[in-house]
Amino acid sequence: MEAVKQELKEKIISVLNLEDVNPEDIKDTDPLFGAGLGLDSIDALELIVMLDKDYGIKLLDPKEGKAIFESIETMAKYISENRTK
Amino acid sequence: MSKCYINGTGCISAQRTFDTVFLEAAEVNNQENVLTIKDPVYKNYISPGAIRRMGKGVKAGIVASSQAMQEAGLENVDAIITGTGMGCMEDSEKFLKAIIDNNESFLTPTSFIQSTHNTVGAQIALGLKCTGYNFTYVQNAVSFESSLLDASLQFASDEIENVLVGGIDETVEYTMSLFKLAGYIKTESEKPYQIFPAKSKGVVYGEGATFFLLENKITSSTYAELAGVEIINKLPIEEAEQKLNQFLAENNCRISDLDAVVLGYNGDIDDEIYFKNLAENCLKNITQLYYKHLSGAYHTASAFGLWIGAKIIHTQEIPAIVRANAIAKDQYNTILLYNHHKGRDHSFTLLKRCQSTT
Repeated sequence: MEAVKQELKEKIISVLNLEDVNPEDIKDTDPLFGAGLGLDSIDALELIVMLDKDYGIKLLDPKEGKAIFESIETMAKYISENRTK
Repeated sequence: MSKCYINGTGCISAQRTFDTVFLEAAEVNNQENVLTIKDPVYKNYISPGAIRRMGKGVKAGIVASSQAMQEAGLENVDAIITGTGMGCMEDSEKFLKAIIDNNESFLTPTSFIQSTHNTVGAQIALGLKCTGYNFTYVQNAVSFESSLLDASLQFASDEIENVLVGGIDETVEYTMSLFKLAGYIKTESEKPYQIFPAKSKGVVYGEGATFFLLENKITSSTYAELAGVEIINKLPIEEAEQKLNQFLAENNCRISDLDAVVLGYNGDIDDEIYFKNLAENCLKNITQLYYKHLSGAYHTASAFGLWIGAKIIHTQEIPAIVRANAIAKDQYNTILLYNHHKGRDHSFTLLKRCQSTT
């Protein structure tokens, strides 16, 4: 789980091109959207594609996204439980 | 042409043009066949949230337009008109590469959104919250001049009082490799590269973003009057002089009135013939200047040429680095720009000094 969290932080920084942000700057429970990292709806689409491409997870219900993308911790938990690759 | 004036400029180029007055730090790089822009600190102009999605052309366009507005003392504009020959190539390449790499799956939105030709104009408008006229011209080497013409039409129809007009193009690795294969860019074996006089085919490629704030009135920041613009897509070389005289006459001017001419010499021996045809004949007694050895050649490099023309009228100085001949004048009040690309898409642009600058 810890390895997934670290990997996720690195991927998010890279995929979303977050300048001046290091993995250690992102706390596991920080909100990804809104106040925390300040991600937006376009970033959400990027993350959905990343889940599919890198972990084989297809998010079919958009309502699920809100809970899954709440923080690094919630994302890592969902990936660990649902990944197919 | 309806009266309009250049009241602000901003230029991001292969030279340090964003924090200097007028090419005092310019130097010729004859070791590279693709010249890339010298970047300002973009974070000083664009929010971190927005900047992370922007390609270099978009960032450079936003900074150049911001500088032009700042010089003119305006916080918003009535219209934004941009010209680009190739558009936002960086994101276009990213998106196309993703299509191939991922076998047409897993396509993400960011590079697609940012890849369109009108991204620069759109991002400037978003930043300014400008809901006015917004148009982008993609017309090869006359993309920028098409934007200028549109701006003059907007003034003529009293639609606007001010407008941002810019030319933007960016270089990207894969496209440059294709241009090299096609022979558009000089080969490595020709180093050090020489632009004028040309010795071979091909150009030293470049990129840049140059913006002008045009207004329908003279202000304390006025550089020059944009007195005339004409685009001629096909112009046989033997008709060039006649067409030039016609253009000048339409703008109440003659060759003898010209104080300087800014020519688009690009280092390609075939393209040079068109410039030499005028330079060695009807323009032989006029101060001749060139600029693509500084900016590189690209579809909207003529905007860099216009920036040079406007700066000369404003400062009344000609940096030695842009001189193509030794003829000098006491004053530079009327400047003609002539450009073309591969014998097509010819353009004449006329600048005149006006009251506030005299």
